[in-house]
Amino acid sequence: MLTVLLAIGVLVILSLIFGGILGYANVRFHVEGDPIVDQIDALLPQTQCGQCGHPGCKPYAQAIADGEAINHCPPGGQATIQALADLLDVEAIPLDGDHGTETAKRVAVIREDECIGCTKCIQACPVDAILGAAKQMHTVIADECTGCDLCVEPCPVDCIDMIDVGVTTKTWSWDKPQGISATSLNIIATDRQTEGTHS
Amino acid sequence: MNTAQVFSFHGGIHPEENKTQSLQLPLGRPSLPSELILPLGQHIGQSSRPVVNQGDKVLKGDVIATSNGFLSSYLHAPTSGAITAIEERPIAHPSGLSDLCIVLHPDGEDRWTELKPLNNWQSIDKAEILAYLSNMGIVGMGGAGFPTQVKLQGAQKSTLSHFIINAAECEPYITADDTLMREKTHELISGIEVFQHLIQADKVIIGIEDNKPTAITAINAVIAERNSNIQVAVVPTKYPSGGEKQLIQLLTGQEVPSGKHPADMGILCQNVGTCVAVHDAIYLGKPLISRITTLTGEALTSPQNVEVLLGTPIEHLLAYADVQHSRLNRLILGGPMMGYTLDSAAVPIVKTTNCILAASKKEFPAPAPEQACIRCGMCEQACPASLLPQQLLWFSKSQEHEKAEHYNLFDCIECGACSYVCPSSIPLVQYYRHTKSSIRDAREANVKSDLAKQRFEARKARQEAEAAEKEAKRLARQKATTAKSAEPKKAAPVADSIAPTSKTAAPASPAVDDTKKLKVDVAIGKSKLKKLQKQLLDAQENEHLEDISALQLQVTDQENLVAELEKQLAAVLESAPSVAKVPVDDAAKKAKIDAAIAKAAVKKVEKALKKAEEMQAPEVDAIRQQLKDAQQRADELEQALSSSGSVTPKATSPATPASAAELDLAGQVKKEKIAVALANAQINKLTKRLANAPEEAEAIQAEIDAAKQRLQTAQALLNTLVQSQNSTQENR
Repeated sequence: MLTVLLAIGVLVILSLIFGGILGYANVRFHVEGDPIVDQIDALLPQTQCGQCGHPGCKPYAQAIADGEAINHCPPGGQATIQALADLLDVEAIPLDGDHGTETAKRVAVIREDECIGCTKCIQACPVDAILGAAKQMHTVIADECTGCDLCVEPCPVDCIDMIDVGVTTKTWSWDKPQGISATSLNIIATDRQTEGTHS
Repeated sequence: MNTAQVFSFHGGIHPEENKTQSLQLPLGRPSLPSELILPLGQHIGQSSRPVVNQGDKVLKGDVIATSNGFLSSYLHAPTSGAITAIEERPIAHPSGLSDLCIVLHPDGEDRWTELKPLNNWQSIDKAEILAYLSNMGIVGMGGAGFPTQVKLQGAQKSTLSHFIINAAECEPYITADDTLMREKTHELISGIEVFQHLIQADKVIIGIEDNKPTAITAINAVIAERNSNIQVAVVPTKYPSGGEKQLIQLLTGQEVPSGKHPADMGILCQNVGTCVAVHDAIYLGKPLISRITTLTGEALTSPQNVEVLLGTPIEHLLAYADVQHSRLNRLILGGPMMGYTLDSAAVPIVKTTNCILAASKKEFPAPAPEQACIRCGMCEQACPASLLPQQLLWFSKSQEHEKAEHYNLFDCIECGACSYVCPSSIPLVQYYRHTKSSIRDAREANVKSDLAKQRFEARKARQEAEAAEKEAKRLARQKATTAKSAEPKKAAPVADSIAPTSKTAAPASPAVDDTKKLKVDVAIGKSKLKKLQKQLLDAQENEHLEDISALQLQVTDQENLVAELEKQLAAVLESAPSVAKVPVDDAAKKAKIDAAIAKAAVKKVEKALKKAEEMQAPEVDAIRQQLKDAQQRADELEQALSSSGSVTPKATSPATPASAAELDLAGQVKKEKIAVALANAQINKLTKRLANAPEEAEAIQAEIDAAKQRLQTAQALLNTLVQSQNSTQENR
């Protein structure tokens, strides 16, 4: 009887100790916010273009966490969809055409002669990449431009063009080799026979 | 005596050397081409910035483009002539893309600019020599074109155990360094001496492959003649012993760890070509405008090495070496292992071009088709960087970038040994190059998106702050008008204010809605003030004199703001009683009892209001105490306060630096004041409920009493605190 009581007593004490540790850890290492939203947000291209129907990438990240489809981000394209699918362990689906199509990387360029200095594009730019003042010519800081398109529509004189960022010798990258070609599959004589005899 | 110990490295291959073809003829010197094309990016890092304009006349050796940042270099005119254009031209790059080039039309005179050799290099500051080398456009001529002065700066930070001169030239076909060592042995040794003067390494070793006996003999002769302590290490011929890390391992037995540079281990590596260029710059004052390049391949009738001006189009050199166009199948820049096919022969020679290989079809047949990996492991045996090429291939094919990086893909030197030995003819290096660039692109995109996010969030924060400021201003204006209308009512007797008048009720209701917002604003303002005061205290403790005055100013501003907000709050609270009137109005119609209860409620609110006003008074006192020099003005303010009952703005006072204890006390006072305000608010709320729900009158009344009790306690504590604060200030 004493043994049983002792065992129960020991277990009770242990559970209290561990409960205390867990309780302390819960308070001490409490994580603020929803980490999955931040993880999703980190994968989005941060163009803040709103093509997904949300006012920025973070809100879309929140929406994805709440169950929205992962294929509403044209600037990210298939690569982002794939990354999101990997993160969320869901199937990668093709980009939803309703929200736009994946385009090459572009930047906004202001035709400076035509700019009237209305500051409308400055207000539209989500990343403060347009420089200028009222009645002064504006210009785009190309390095900061995310190519989101949002400045094009507000311009009253239509002096903003979206220009493709071409490949330069600094940004060029090697092509992926074509891989195992069809002809090399026919190197082995028996492989050739199966295809060749019927023709 | 002069031979050094030689170790070995893992892997490596022994491809056919094919070096003799280009060594049959002596060093050639081609004629001036009709134009020289000088790309602005001949080195690693930022492209040079042109300093000449179209139409300018330049002399041989004049600077035509200048350094454009830390990792950049100068560019000089290789001959005298006129600048005909600064435009995009195809350059020697695996992509076949164009880049900005300066085009020089030679005038044929080949007239030098005034040369200023650095004769006193042994006596001047080393930093000056480095700057001089930078001005001479010296970059590493082994392959990458790393600006030499930057490499030396890195090496000078630590004491060097080894200075290694890379003369291995392990790649088949190429004999440019071999020729250079034979032709310019004295210059080479002088250049090495300049380097050694700059870095003071313990050991100076020339690493050279044993397939260059003529060069070895020549170097040994010069070393003996000069009685120099430079060692010559003859390494066995094996590709890629000329790789920087491989040569270091061969000569020192040390492996450069992943992610580290040789400089971290106290080792500096320089190519023989760079040493000669340094000699020419220091002793002759000649900038880097020419180099030795190998012209070889079966399509050339007279393969040879040539000393060629930078910017010479390759087609000019091919013509010089009597190219047979019928035999020319592939034009390769660099060696057969690491070189790449050129699309056009119009591209120019740059500082790093060591070989032009005009190959026939027999010499370089089209690569065999890629077959499936049979996991033979020969690539692993051949890899000089001790990597696992097979694993890297899987990860590259399946685009598992993280895993590829984990398997040290970036330690791959792209030597091509694995592709060379692969029995399935898999272009392994091309896979690695593709994956490397994908990873780099992804990293860059990540950096950019982080930046965009940061900017977006900064903008959002700014917009919110602006909106809040506007809202606050709007509220302030609204409060000012409300307060004006409430002012006369406040002075009137209590009974008067109970009378339900539509005139006071109308502006009051929205005011009550704003009360909460105002209270929040007050709380925020106070906490900001606290923070500032704490900063001020820190500054005082640490005696940051400049900070103190700035913070003092901020504290004063914040105090003003809080006072202003409190004033608004008081104004709103003054108009609060009228809230009770609306239900009273309704109730009066229904029953007299209800009206009586409402009257009592309004009285209570009035009491609470008075207390709120009293709450302001000690604060004014405190400020008056603080401001000895503003005593009179404070008295006036006090009078104004007692007469009008409104709160005087205490803002005008430049607060004297308070002691730590005082600030602490002030903090407590503030806390208590907030407690009082909260209790007041609670009473107000309860009173409102009482008015709305007469049937629960008793319970609510009890709660009100309790709240009042709390209020009194808090008030008492506050008063004590304020008194002690005042006394501290007086003592001071």
